Amino acid sequence: MRELIENPSPAPTRRALPRDVGPVDSSTNGSPTSVIEASRGLASLDLAAIWQRRELLYFLVWRDVKVRYKQTAIGAAWAVLSPLLTVVIFAVVFGGLARIPSDGLPYIVFAFAGFLPWTYFAQAFGRAAGSLVGNAHLITKVYFPRLMIPLAAVTTPAVDFCLSLLPLFGLMLWYRVAPTWALLALPGFLLLAATIALGMALWLAPINVRYRDVNHTVPFLVQAWMYCSPVVYPLSLVPESWRVVYSLNPMVGVIEGFRWALLGTAAPDATAIALSVAVGLAVLISGLVFFRRMERAFADVI
Amino acid sequence: MGDVAIRVENLSKAYKIAATKYRHDTLRDQLMDGVRSLLRPRASRRASRETFHALRDVSFEVKRGEVVGIVGQNGAGKSTLLKILSRITEPSSGRAEIYGRVGSLLEVGTGFDSELTGLENIYLSGAILGMRKAEIDRKLDEIIAFSEVAKFIDTPVKRYSSGMYVRLAFAVAAHLEPEILIVDEVLAVGDAAFQRKCLGKMGDVAQAGRTVLFVSHNMAAITRLCTWGLWLDKGYLRDFGATDDVVAKYFSAGVQALGELTFRDRLPAAPSSEYVRLLGLRVRSHRGEVTASLDARSPFDVEIEYEILRPATSLRVGFRITAHDGTVLFSSTDSDGGGETDRIPGTYVSRCTIPGPFLNFGQYFLSVGSDTPMIQSHFLLERALAFNVEQTGGIGGHISDGRQGVLRPVLPWTVQRLA
Repeated sequence: MRELIENPSPAPTRRALPRDVGPVDSSTNGSPTSVIEASRGLASLDLAAIWQRRELLYFLVWRDVKVRYKQTAIGAAWAVLSPLLTVVIFAVVFGGLARIPSDGLPYIVFAFAGFLPWTYFAQAFGRAAGSLVGNAHLITKVYFPRLMIPLAAVTTPAVDFCLSLLPLFGLMLWYRVAPTWALLALPGFLLLAATIALGMALWLAPINVRYRDVNHTVPFLVQAWMYCSPVVYPLSLVPESWRVVYSLNPMVGVIEGFRWALLGTAAPDATAIALSVAVGLAVLISGLVFFRRMERAFADVI
Repeated sequence: MGDVAIRVENLSKAYKIAATKYRHDTLRDQLMDGVRSLLRPRASRRASRETFHALRDVSFEVKRGEVVGIVGQNGAGKSTLLKILSRITEPSSGRAEIYGRVGSLLEVGTGFDSELTGLENIYLSGAILGMRKAEIDRKLDEIIAFSEVAKFIDTPVKRYSSGMYVRLAFAVAAHLEPEILIVDEVLAVGDAAFQRKCLGKMGDVAQAGRTVLFVSHNMAAITRLCTWGLWLDKGYLRDFGATDDVVAKYFSAGVQALGELTFRDRLPAAPSSEYVRLLGLRVRSHRGEVTASLDARSPFDVEIEYEILRPATSLRVGFRITAHDGTVLFSSTDSDGGGETDRIPGTYVSRCTIPGPFLNFGQYFLSVGSDTPMIQSHFLLERALAFNVEQTGGIGGHISDGRQGVLRPVLPWTVQRLA
């Protein structure tokens, strides 16, 4: 009965202090799972951490694909329709009115085969460049390897890309353009386009975190870039003496490669492909270094 | 298997904040500033930036299975500490060692996408918080049951009520099973019943031997759940020790201990609405003196002084008394007096007598507020004043000390010999 009225002696469950850190014997602890410190110099890439969280990459892509076509009446059919409509306009304006040559192919097929990788690239680059700012609510609230955000952003449009191959194959059937074994090289060129898009975005996305000017620059950049690439006109239209300089644009190799892989045209210029790969890798690697350097301040600045 | 879960050594975090005049929001500003700095001496450029220390030289150690509650004012560095330990942001100096997998809940519904359905969001949010798909598959039924929104699980969450949203979000988070759980103020949401459920779930987590770091302004929750309290004040570690001690010290440091709070000399700071302005709050002993130290045996008065600024109908003022752990003892308003509640402009005092012996020894807090019921809340000042109920001799001479509870009323008893 006594406890009912009186306070029990000091709660026995509480452990005694002392709580000062002092020199702690850490021998019992083993090495920490992670050490948090101010980082200096070059950060490691830590690809293992990304591999460990690969399911998250899948879910981020899955989210973007799902959300993209929610509450639309025809859903993913937009992925088929929108490039088709654009190419029809190209065919009327550039092929019909301006009479731009198309290396002996029906212009609409020619333009479509170039426009597909371009659309993928433009979407991947555009999404990835804005991806950090677009996912600010995640960056400030939870930790995961930040690289996964632009990585997911360049992966998502690949789904649309695959769907938009369907109308191309339809057109090829209609115009009786037969694919060749070169088709097998297609994934390689898609990967190259992804490399370039990711590399560029790894530079621009962190800058976008600090200066939203990037948001306004990217659409213009993409548009200008398209006219510097052989999307609506063939490479043969570019004067011979300018070809190498022109091919420093890594998308030249990608688009030429796509035409070859899809339509079985003459094999693409080896220099263009080599330059494309070299520039693409250079942009990706420098982009990775830059991204890792900027990464540590994302949550503070965004 | 060691027993340290988190070791923090001399952790500091400084933010550079640009003075408003020199915001660098666009590249153009930055370029302009660059040009300007070429034309001006170095010192003036320095002056345009200030350093804000969110955390200063904080060191502590948490053992495996301990539950630590972090308290402090807004801006004391609580969230910064959690963000550093969650690896969201980097410290400026110092280090922290983490032994074990960390899961952090810094908001409700991290990663939720309003377009997706409840079910889809369980997977998305789970993956973002660090769960594997197989793990989510396994716990799915449990999560849905906990959330109480099973019926709407295939509805986009943008059509959810905010209560449903919070339930679902917390259900996902509650099923995260990291070795170290870092939780920010997420329990401040949802209705009371759901909050209790969440607190229960957090209690389970602690029981399971996992380490928990928990920020909250809900002192009752902190004292109930946490073994240790950690008090941050303007970035410094002010105290780290048994929860009750830390919470009591935190409370008494932050509030007036004078028995009086007045706004007469600083009217612009006074809590107010267009109808009423608080002028002051006092605790007065039975002898009439204004004091923060009261005799447990005697009654005392709470006085609220205020100014009616324009004619008001059904306006009432009142107060709330809370114990040092945040438990609300009771609240009362002057409409209990049964008098006229329509007021014309002028200054007023509403006085309430609290009987004695009634409150047990200890520290209490007074919050003060005014509202027009169902229409408008005029002001609410939380923990405006602190006072102590002191032990000044026995009650009735029989028991001198040690009654349990926040109240110690003297009640009528009869003793009857039956045989």
